[in-house]
Amino acid sequence: MSSLENLLGKLRQAVGTDQVLTALEDLIPYSFDGTAALRQMPGCVVFAQTTDQVAAVLKLANETKTPVVTRGTGTGLSGGSLPIPDSIVLCTAKMDRVLEVDQKNLTLLAEAGTTTQAVADAAGAVNLFYPPDPGSMKISTIGGNVAENSGGLRGLKYGVTRNYVMGMEAVLPQGEVMWLGNKCVKDVAGFSLKDLFVGSEGTLGVITRVLLKLIPKPAAKRTMLATYNRMDQAAETISAIIAAQIIPCTLEFLDRTTIGCVEDYVHIGLPLDCEALLLMETDGHPAVVAEEAERMVKICREHGCREVRIAKDEDEANQLASARRTAFSALARVGPTTILEDATVPRSELAPMIRFIQSVAVNYKLRIGTFGHMGDGNLHPTFLTDERNHAEMERVEKAMKEIFSEALRLGGTITGEHGVGVAKKRFLPQALGETSIRVMRELRRALDPNGILNPGKMFD
Amino acid sequence: MSASHSFLKDLDYSVVQQCMHCGLCLPTCPTYTATHLERNSPRGRISLVRAIADGRLDVARPFGEEMYFCLGCLACMSACPAGVNYADIFEHARAEAEASGVLKSPKRNFIRWLTVKWLFMDLRRLRLLARMIRLYQWLGLQTLLRSSGVLRLLPERLRGLEAMTPTIPPKFSAELIAPVTPAIGPKRYRVAMLVGCAQDIIFSEINRDTVEVLARNGCEVVTPPNQCCCGSLHAHNGEWALAQKLARQTIDQFPPSEFDAIISNAGGCGSHLKHYAKLLADDPAYIERAHQWDAKLKDVHEWLIQIGIRPVPADHAPPQVVTYHESCHLSHGQKITAQPRQLLQAIPNLTLVELPESNWCCGSAGIYNITQPEMANKLLERKMRNIKSTGAVIVANGNSGCLLQLINGARLHNVPVRVTHPVTLLAEAYRRADQKKGSVL
Ligand SMILES: Cc1cc2nc3c(=O)[nH]c(=O)nc-3n(C[C@H](O)[C@H](O)[C@H](O)COP(=O)(O)OP(=O)(O)OC[C@H]3O[C@@H](n4cnc5c(N)ncnc54)[C@H](O)[C@@H]3O)c2cc1C
Ligand code: SF4
Ligand code: SF4
Repeated sequence: MSSLENLLGKLRQAVGTDQVLTALEDLIPYSFDGTAALRQMPGCVVFAQTTDQVAAVLKLANETKTPVVTRGTGTGLSGGSLPIPDSIVLCTAKMDRVLEVDQKNLTLLAEAGTTTQAVADAAGAVNLFYPPDPGSMKISTIGGNVAENSGGLRGLKYGVTRNYVMGMEAVLPQGEVMWLGNKCVKDVAGFSLKDLFVGSEGTLGVITRVLLKLIPKPAAKRTMLATYNRMDQAAETISAIIAAQIIPCTLEFLDRTTIGCVEDYVHIGLPLDCEALLLMETDGHPAVVAEEAERMVKICREHGCREVRIAKDEDEANQLASARRTAFSALARVGPTTILEDATVPRSELAPMIRFIQSVAVNYKLRIGTFGHMGDGNLHPTFLTDERNHAEMERVEKAMKEIFSEALRLGGTITGEHGVGVAKKRFLPQALGETSIRVMRELRRALDPNGILNPGKMFD
Repeated sequence: MSASHSFLKDLDYSVVQQCMHCGLCLPTCPTYTATHLERNSPRGRISLVRAIADGRLDVARPFGEEMYFCLGCLACMSACPAGVNYADIFEHARAEAEASGVLKSPKRNFIRWLTVKWLFMDLRRLRLLARMIRLYQWLGLQTLLRSSGVLRLLPERLRGLEAMTPTIPPKFSAELIAPVTPAIGPKRYRVAMLVGCAQDIIFSEINRDTVEVLARNGCEVVTPPNQCCCGSLHAHNGEWALAQKLARQTIDQFPPSEFDAIISNAGGCGSHLKHYAKLLADDPAYIERAHQWDAKLKDVHEWLIQIGIRPVPADHAPPQVVTYHESCHLSHGQKITAQPRQLLQAIPNLTLVELPESNWCCGSAGIYNITQPEMANKLLERKMRNIKSTGAVIVANGNSGCLLQLINGARLHNVPVRVTHPVTLLAEAYRRADQKKGSVL
């Protein structure tokens, strides 16, 4: 603590007295991120407002070997911005300007603390489109999105954050500032270091600016909702749609538990006895969209759907989409503690994986609602529990372990979009193998020799 | 504060635990948006409350101040996916801050005693004060003082208050409204109408219009004089015992079994009035009536849409462009958003233009504009900018606190709009139609 005490004065000089917080009432609100049941007090919270300030803070921390936890807005679901004892929490939330929208090159340059929503709005204002839409986009930062390589509902057709990162400005622990990437669509000069920083979870450097790719806005969209008596029918529908060479922008799924919770919450007349619900959207040229929608409805019927509804107008589209949009809220209301996981499998293994999760719920007497992105195999088994019930939390832990093992066995991964942080750290060796972990460890040491950036996160 | 009674330790822990710290409430919170500090956000405030309940944090001045920096606008509740009852947390936290005495200072104690504990506990006192202000305004003293520059000698805070003093109309509600107003046409319902405390004095004409509109829609309206304050001010300012006392008095004055509905036309009061059962949960003598009360308490817009508004005949009045500002406690607290708009759209020749950020707090927030003028003024400025952008000539709003704030805002920021209650616009439309027919009422 004493080293931190000495440091505080210098930090205040670097960023301004009122940009360094140390009072208990100021720190408690930074002692967690969006992850359930994790809490740790930091030593102080520092707001940087310029790249130079970030560099000055990192330099001071590096000289004193003080851990730095970079934080956007703390919506992460794996404990990535959970503080480390006596650490500096370096918060980017005040670096929130969109610096440039380049309509000739279709790019957008923003400071790291800009919210995802502000990025999407700035693109939308000139009729362009930034597709990644994590459920937290109203408040998550673009820096956090890049550091977690966040996904969203449009992964199948439009990809994830990585597919839109053309460049970035990042600061290394020694305080050096570097630019990675540029506005060129093609660039093979040297290693693609920007790609190393995508998904680096605050362990390699602090991202201060992000250069993003934008695309033209699709002109039309059609929304459909189908219900099924059996899970397999829904899974087969998905496979058939893709085999028919249709790439919908949305292919979302709810299981029976989730359907029940949604209906309880919003009362939109969903059948409670069906096993699966699919929300599907196709977008693009109006003529193509109309034709694809028709073919999708036909495929749904051929695969035994109970009912399929196609929205006539935007109002109805919104109403149908609300079934999926409210899934997380509807589940979160049920129990005091909601643990949202993101085990992911190849699309072809979705049905067995969902069945497996359901059997785990029965075996461990747990309530697990599963929803997720059917199109890209990314599932969200959601545990509805109570962190004060220790016996139940132990069962949750065991159930999770089984789910991750099964996902790996089916050729999948332990996390599709939320990252490793501390929550998935113990599962990482099993997922990647010793060699990968060793290479990552060496890379990390090369960039951060003193180990000040988010130490203890992802792997040791 | 003795460990024996802590409001926060009494608060059901699952209420704070329900917050999963997802942060989705942050962009809707006016104080967080202004400072970007987690402490000033719903998620941050809940974490402080939880830390106190856990014994990780002592109740001290910074906590008390934080809970009074919060507007209590409840925008966070509308945004929250997990259904966290922030209103409950907020009231308990302020009660804790008061009970612990961490905010005590002679000046604050005096102001609180004067307002919360004296003026608003017996509305005869408030009416007397209002008569004095009215006299001050009638005699031309206000104009004289304002133009003379003498007011500049007052400390800034007092000067601000002087500028906010509302114009007191010549008559209070009881002088405009009979204790019982018969239904016009066949009687369909018997309702009680709460005139409110500030509303009664400053917006007595809105009360009269409310009664008139209810009567025109088949309601017999009971409006006894000398009603008491509903206690919302007290509950929001950490005075639970006083709030309970006023709730009992109000229920006594309006036995719920005698009415089909009890009508409130002020969003802020209504939001509190609908939760008497919670307030009186430990009072066996009242709890049953309190439940009945909660079920019958209706906001006037909610009630009129529920029973169906008698159509207003088309008239040739010049078209009115109206925009609607949502009171926080009507939209976030009571989730009444569609009905006021439907009511406005029932008026012939009225064009409703949506107000950008219509459900964003105007800074009135009870007495927030008096206790936190800086933040309140920022919000007011933002609101007036949005109102200006609509080009509307009338701003409609369903809560007396907001109406006052908007009237001041229009004057301060030179926005030439008329500020009024949706029900008043409806009453005027009925009257115009009558005039055309040549009949009176
Ligand atoms: C309700 C809800 C819904 C969600 N939905 C989705 C979803 O659909 N898809 C999805 O992928 N995720 C989702 N998430 C997870 C989360 O929102 C994302 O991981 C998001 O990208 C985190 O952004 P943040 O600004 O909150 O980052 P934080 O949580 O503050 O930080 C996350 C990680 O990034 C690092 N970091 C942050 N900023 C920087 C920077 N400038 N430079 C270097 N490192 C940095 C931190 O150190 C940490 O390791 C959801 C979360 C919630 C609460
Ligand atoms: S009540 Fe309003 S000011 Fe207070 S935390 Fe909620 S949104 Fe913020
Ligand atoms: S939105 Fe609700 S659950 Fe999420 S942080 Fe805010 S209060 Fe907590």
